[in-house]
Amino acid sequence: MDVTREDVLRCATLAHLSLCEDEVEPMRLAMAQMLTHAASLDELLLDGVEPMPAGLGRPLPRREDEPRDAFTQAQALANAPDQDRGLFVVPKVL
Amino acid sequence: MALGRAMGWRRSLDSGDLSSESLVRAAFDRIRALDGTLHAILATDEARSLDLARKADARLRAGERSPVLGLPIVLKDNLHWSGLPMTCGSRVLDGYVAPYDATVVGRLLEAGAIPIAKANLDEFAMGSSGEYSAFGPARNPWDPTRVPGGSSSGSVVAVAAGYAPLALGSDTGGSVRLPASFCNVTALRPTYGVLSRYGLTAMASSLDQVGPIAATAADLALAFGVMAGADPLDSTSVDLPGTERLADLQPLDLEGLRIGLPEEYFTDGLEPGVRELLDAALRVFEGRGARRVPVSLPHTRYAIDTYYLLCTSEVSSNLSRFDGVRYGLRVPSSDGGLPEMMARTRDAGLGDEVKRRILLGTFCLSKGYYDAFYLKALKARTLIAEDFRAAFAQADILASPVSPGTAFPFGAKTADPMSMYLADVFTVPTALAGLPCLSMPAGFTGGLPVGIQLIGPALSDVRLLEAAHAFQSLTRHHLETPTLSA
Repeated sequence: MDVTREDVLRCATLAHLSLCEDEVEPMRLAMAQMLTHAASLDELLLDGVEPMPAGLGRPLPRREDEPRDAFTQAQALANAPDQDRGLFVVPKVL
Repeated sequence: MALGRAMGWRRSLDSGDLSSESLVRAAFDRIRALDGTLHAILATDEARSLDLARKADARLRAGERSPVLGLPIVLKDNLHWSGLPMTCGSRVLDGYVAPYDATVVGRLLEAGAIPIAKANLDEFAMGSSGEYSAFGPARNPWDPTRVPGGSSSGSVVAVAAGYAPLALGSDTGGSVRLPASFCNVTALRPTYGVLSRYGLTAMASSLDQVGPIAATAADLALAFGVMAGADPLDSTSVDLPGTERLADLQPLDLEGLRIGLPEEYFTDGLEPGVRELLDAALRVFEGRGARRVPVSLPHTRYAIDTYYLLCTSEVSSNLSRFDGVRYGLRVPSSDGGLPEMMARTRDAGLGDEVKRRILLGTFCLSKGYYDAFYLKALKARTLIAEDFRAAFAQADILASPVSPGTAFPFGAKTADPMSMYLADVFTVPTALAGLPCLSMPAGFTGGLPVGIQLIGPALSDVRLLEAAHAFQSLTRHHLETPTLSA
């Protein structure tokens, strides 16, 4: 399957990756190789086959949306690269 | 001193002939002597481990008994152990200290096991060789010029080299079974859900499982039994029937056991030495009344593609959390913007294989390609799981190779990612189907270990271990250990 340089850069943007220039072509080639190989699935007759998103094919259970013990604010911030007055500090968004 | 067999140490601890503290001191001596070469270990806290050992000794003196009380165990460094750094083999988690215990770690601690080290791994458990660790690869103790297998490379090497009698790895598509085969130890991938994934860093959530590792099935069962069972913190977790049999595992009566051999697994790509050892192993089973039955898993040839499409899609979602905001590495942006900070952090902190999988998964999930790749793979997964259901109508367990060959030299497959992925050809189908499977030693070819894989129906984990125990009661392959010198 054809994967273009633009495809790689579009996916990199979506995935928050700022690839170096010399990373782009090897990534393009690897993606093309894998997706070409994966074309084998086109041989399968899949009409009417249910997808299996979870291990063992069981539906994922849901729990009640109830409050429960979780991290304290201090625990949540313990690994923060930057913090101030109980908040994660990040660079400007806009 | 090599700390090979858990069961032997269990008896010595219970009889009072040995203290946990002396065992843990011996473990650290072993690590200091050998890990400069083998590089299986990323972090330790010796004082804390010794403190835990002394507490275990007090519990033993008070008459308490548990399958793992006082036994050292090594943890793959994608499992949370509160207070220790956790890297997942990646620089993007630089400085991260685990703020809580994974459920499996908590259950082991409660039962008195002594975590002694965090073990090396392929970055975020993505790899089949151990070569993708950001901190350099672990080495195979049978031949340090060869890979140990991955991604649970350090955990398996730690057991094979006698650092500890028990270890935990994780298995998404073969990551405890492949290294176990390459290093002559026994490793279980349980039925999906039997071991809680809470505190295991997510790679591909519908496939990830924690996997115990030891010299033998009976040893491995000691740790497995105290960890297994439903956990309110993991909604996919389930209880396992028969866990009361794990503390004192008995060999399965092999009379009449139907061992299915999937015809699709015996291809030209299988090395003759591996095929011969599998055949020899089957003759051992037959000698006690088991019989071979041919089975077919017709969708096997689609398993690698199905697996890598699903795995990379889940990777692209799960690894989005490593963005420099809440923990780990942060690389400042040049213009102060948040998106640039995230992108620069991820580019600097993540390795090539991780980026490759994130990009491929992002592509598969993106507009216009979701149905063509991700949804199609989910449906192919159903067909692969149905193959196994049909096979288990004819056979009680299945036997197969773990890998087409033995441990390969460093660098042999890194230039061609697809060839690395194809090394997983016998391990990914069971992962897709969520079935229990294990790798156990079956002998040597060319001086290198070979494992064989046993596969069981869902939730037959205990019986599978009993079958492996029966085999190991009749053979000596698992007793072979590498010659190592400091």
